[in-house]
Amino acid sequence: MERFDAIVVGAGPAGSSAALTLARKGFSTLLVERGRSPGVKGMFGGRIYSWALQDLLPDWAKDCPVERYVVRENMVFLTEDASLGISFDSTKLGQGRAASFTAVRAKFDGWLAKKAQDAGATLVTGIRVDDLWKEDGQVRGVMVAPNDRVGADVVVIAEGATSILTRAAGLKADLEPREVSVGVKETIELPAETIQERFGLGEKEGAAFVFAGQSSLGLRGGGFLYTNQSTISLGLVVSSEDLSRKKVEIQEVQNRFRLHPAVQRWIRGGKVVEYSAHLVPELGAGMMPRLWGDGVLVAGDAAGFLINNGYTFRGVDLAIASGIAAGEAANAARTAGSMRAANLAAYDRFLRASNVLTDLERFRRAPLFMKNERLFDLYPRMLMEIAERLYTVDGSGQQRLVDAVLEQAASADVPKLKMLLDLLQGARSM
Amino acid sequence: MSPPPSAMRPMRIIVCIKQVPKAQELQVDPVTQTLKRVGVPSEINPPDANALEIALTLKDRHAAEVVVLSMGPTSFDESLERAVAMGADRSVLLTDRILGGSDTVPTAYALSETIQKIGGYDLILTGEETTDASTGHVGPGIAGHLDLPQITYVSEVQIVDGKVRARRTAEDGTEWWQTDMPSLCTVNFGCNKPRSPTLTGKIRVKRGGVIVHWSCADVGIDPKKVGLLNSPTIVAKVDTIRLPPRAGRMFSGDAKESVRALLDALIRDGVVAP
Amino acid sequence: MLEDKSHFRGVWVFLEGRAGGLRDVSTQLIGEGRRLADLRGTPLTGILPGHGVDPLAERAIGYGLDRVIVVDDPMLEIYRSRPYAQVMAQLIRRQKPEIVLFGASKNGRDLGGRLHAILETGLAADCVKFDIDAEGNLDMIRPSFGGKSLAHILCKKHRPQMASVRRNVFVAPPHNPDRRGEIVHEQVELSEQDLDAKLLEFDEFTKEGGLRPEEADIVVSGGFGLGDPKNFQLLQDLADRLGGAIAASRKAVDSGWVPKTLQVGQTGMTVRPKLYIAVGISGAVQHLAGMQESDKILVINIDPKAPLFEIADYGIVGDLFEVLPEMIRQLDALKGGGVAGPPALPAEAR
Repeated sequence: MERFDAIVVGAGPAGSSAALTLARKGFSTLLVERGRSPGVKGMFGGRIYSWALQDLLPDWAKDCPVERYVVRENMVFLTEDASLGISFDSTKLGQGRAASFTAVRAKFDGWLAKKAQDAGATLVTGIRVDDLWKEDGQVRGVMVAPNDRVGADVVVIAEGATSILTRAAGLKADLEPREVSVGVKETIELPAETIQERFGLGEKEGAAFVFAGQSSLGLRGGGFLYTNQSTISLGLVVSSEDLSRKKVEIQEVQNRFRLHPAVQRWIRGGKVVEYSAHLVPELGAGMMPRLWGDGVLVAGDAAGFLINNGYTFRGVDLAIASGIAAGEAANAARTAGSMRAANLAAYDRFLRASNVLTDLERFRRAPLFMKNERLFDLYPRMLMEIAERLYTVDGSGQQRLVDAVLEQAASADVPKLKMLLDLLQGARSM
Repeated sequence: MSPPPSAMRPMRIIVCIKQVPKAQELQVDPVTQTLKRVGVPSEINPPDANALEIALTLKDRHAAEVVVLSMGPTSFDESLERAVAMGADRSVLLTDRILGGSDTVPTAYALSETIQKIGGYDLILTGEETTDASTGHVGPGIAGHLDLPQITYVSEVQIVDGKVRARRTAEDGTEWWQTDMPSLCTVNFGCNKPRSPTLTGKIRVKRGGVIVHWSCADVGIDPKKVGLLNSPTIVAKVDTIRLPPRAGRMFSGDAKESVRALLDALIRDGVVAP
Repeated sequence: MLEDKSHFRGVWVFLEGRAGGLRDVSTQLIGEGRRLADLRGTPLTGILPGHGVDPLAERAIGYGLDRVIVVDDPMLEIYRSRPYAQVMAQLIRRQKPEIVLFGASKNGRDLGGRLHAILETGLAADCVKFDIDAEGNLDMIRPSFGGKSLAHILCKKHRPQMASVRRNVFVAPPHNPDRRGEIVHEQVELSEQDLDAKLLEFDEFTKEGGLRPEEADIVVSGGFGLGDPKNFQLLQDLADRLGGAIAASRKAVDSGWVPKTLQVGQTGMTVRPKLYIAVGISGAVQHLAGMQESDKILVINIDPKAPLFEIADYGIVGDLFEVLPEMIRQLDALKGGGVAGPPALPAEAR
């Protein structure tokens, strides 16, 4: 039977980071990916915060397949027929450790997996690991079939949002609908020059958009838009609970979103060349499984490491950081003498050191707040009406901002106290 | 003839495979009128995969070593790797420029020589034909060269008392044949479900050393007997088929109307008796 | 064999017996062999290995042979690759025919494949047409991949030029019981070692379901569009009304709905019935190769863009689950419940 010191399941950002770290620490490492090649099965909105990558590979920028470095952040509120956008430009944005870039997963994951292989990890693709091999509660390896097992001292589960192995490891119960959203994304082709001109960008520069409100037809969720080299990633993350309750197909929501004038102005003339959908773990710290056990660690989306705090999405950076932390934890456990849970608990320490757990906990209320329906319907509409009043100059008497706000609040069907609470809650959770 | 396998020596099964363009992806190059092979997804010729599955099933049941053999360019490594990942023990690729353009005569000769160099074989298996050339000549050709008993169009092979038993689909019925070892069988397309590669198998492939490349010189193949110029047959030219022009009469309307009109036409045209 | 071509003369046809008679493909090849022998101005010889086959040899002459070489040996009573290949190889080396034709039956292919390697000569498989070129070579024409082209294969230097032909590509000539020809008995060296395979069991295919597609005038063929194996009963019902046979596309066979013996296409049967009815078959190129020379083609498919419509003589775009029952209903009404079959044809119609 084949044996390795460590087996990492899933060659996405979390898995490859774990494999790279483990290989560097002298672990014989097997990295198993179910897709034909890394990145084929993974999906994300489009942007990677690079700080974690810098820890892993200081020279990353030399050959990393970067689409565009994000230099402009946008937030857009939508109602059926209006939009209100805030755009933030700053020379300080995206500098040094804070740099973020848009990417194409097939290329990025492939690049990162190759780095893991260069460090000595063995990559096998096209195999789905269905089960863990356990003995007396200790994970001893992975099992594809009763006569197809591979042994290991430690297994890192980095399978992604639909992880089945975390259940097999006894670290988590089945996913509940409220824990999962549906993410869809369309890749729209537009020539690089058109993108640069339309978005006001330089050659390697990019823009990121978050859409709130009617982007999701009143369903709880948000839209996003990222500029790649010569394509645009446009998509939505929508509550799966709402989808089934309101009996709506995600494709329909995406179509309406794409057709909104505020979106059309950016993608006009582009051709949809790819469509993908994926489950997104949405509750962050609220839904995390236990992160380690005897002979096993969980990293990346499989651990629920995703932050959606309303104005940005973070997943890949947390995945990379947790992959590194998992590698460090396994190393610490090996030094301590065994891969038992007590020793692998060092994982917690490493996750806090890179602020992964801290950030997740800080924003743990964000997902709950984001479930507030008023955010997607009432408040955007109120905002639009305020803006309309302010911007309508037709000789009938211009309003002051404060009066507009107060009048709007008064005419809304929601008690003022509730609105104040929402404001407070929003401030605290975001 | 090699001595029959004993409990001491595992049975050696050689499976001859070919890498072919994937069935659904078949593309004909409009210029050369030959099959596009470069840049087109490839697979193990499906009947060869069925042959390999028979070999692996025998290996499940008896002590056996399965050696996979192919003749072609180095891109065929992809299929040999897959065969090992499915469970074959090792593989040999006969690869040499001078083999280019060989028809079935040099191919059968070259493979036979290579099989003899591997030696110690008890059973040779190959698919009934390839999906790209579809001649079905090479398997029997190898049997002719090596002077072996041959059973073609086989769906099942058993080893009983040191002998080969094969179930053959003949024209008029099913035949069960028995031969001594070594012998050669060609395997029916679709007679079984080839197993998937395993994780263990893929790891073995990654560890390396599962494919060996031999040139004609390595094997001792006479260059004057292989290649395009030494092939008895050549493709002199290719015509586009001129099929009889078809009338293309469509019958529309609801089922009742269209069928009525159709049957009228068929009867009027004398295709169906009234 | 690579030898002076002028030493080789004569057209041979390998004759394969079946249940006391000759296989269809053998008689069909005698007809084509006759034409080629006349073009070459040489005799046409049938080769008949077997045991107790003299009466068969007599009958074979009547299809147009000048001569039959009989090799009679108990070892040849049933087909085995090695002794049959030995017989053919020895005869060919002795008498040097220029052309040898084989029916591409299972045994024919088995034999041709082994033999051409022993003799180191060219064998073109599944030919659909022959010509003699300007240099006197046999131009062997076969569908090249996909059936969209025809490749002309030549065996310029090696002799004999060998070719295999599938059943129903050529038409059997009429039998003339008065035709005279020579029957020659040849001895061939065979040893005990040549009896290298033992037949343990033979289970004949029963003729359930009746008519074989290759023999039928009307073929009703089903594809992936049928959706479920039980829907093949619908095809059988229609075939029964028309006196035809059912067949299937590769996809239906691969899905396990019907046995491979019903498969029409490049890796299955070639059929050329008077009417080929394709139901729920899209028309992959490999399927076309097996039926595109049918006299008339009727295509029933719910997809108006199905490629098979391009070679249809008659077509209905519709739901086969409505069209087929309607056809059965109307055929029954026409006949008052009886069987509507193909019209009786004059003998030389094909």
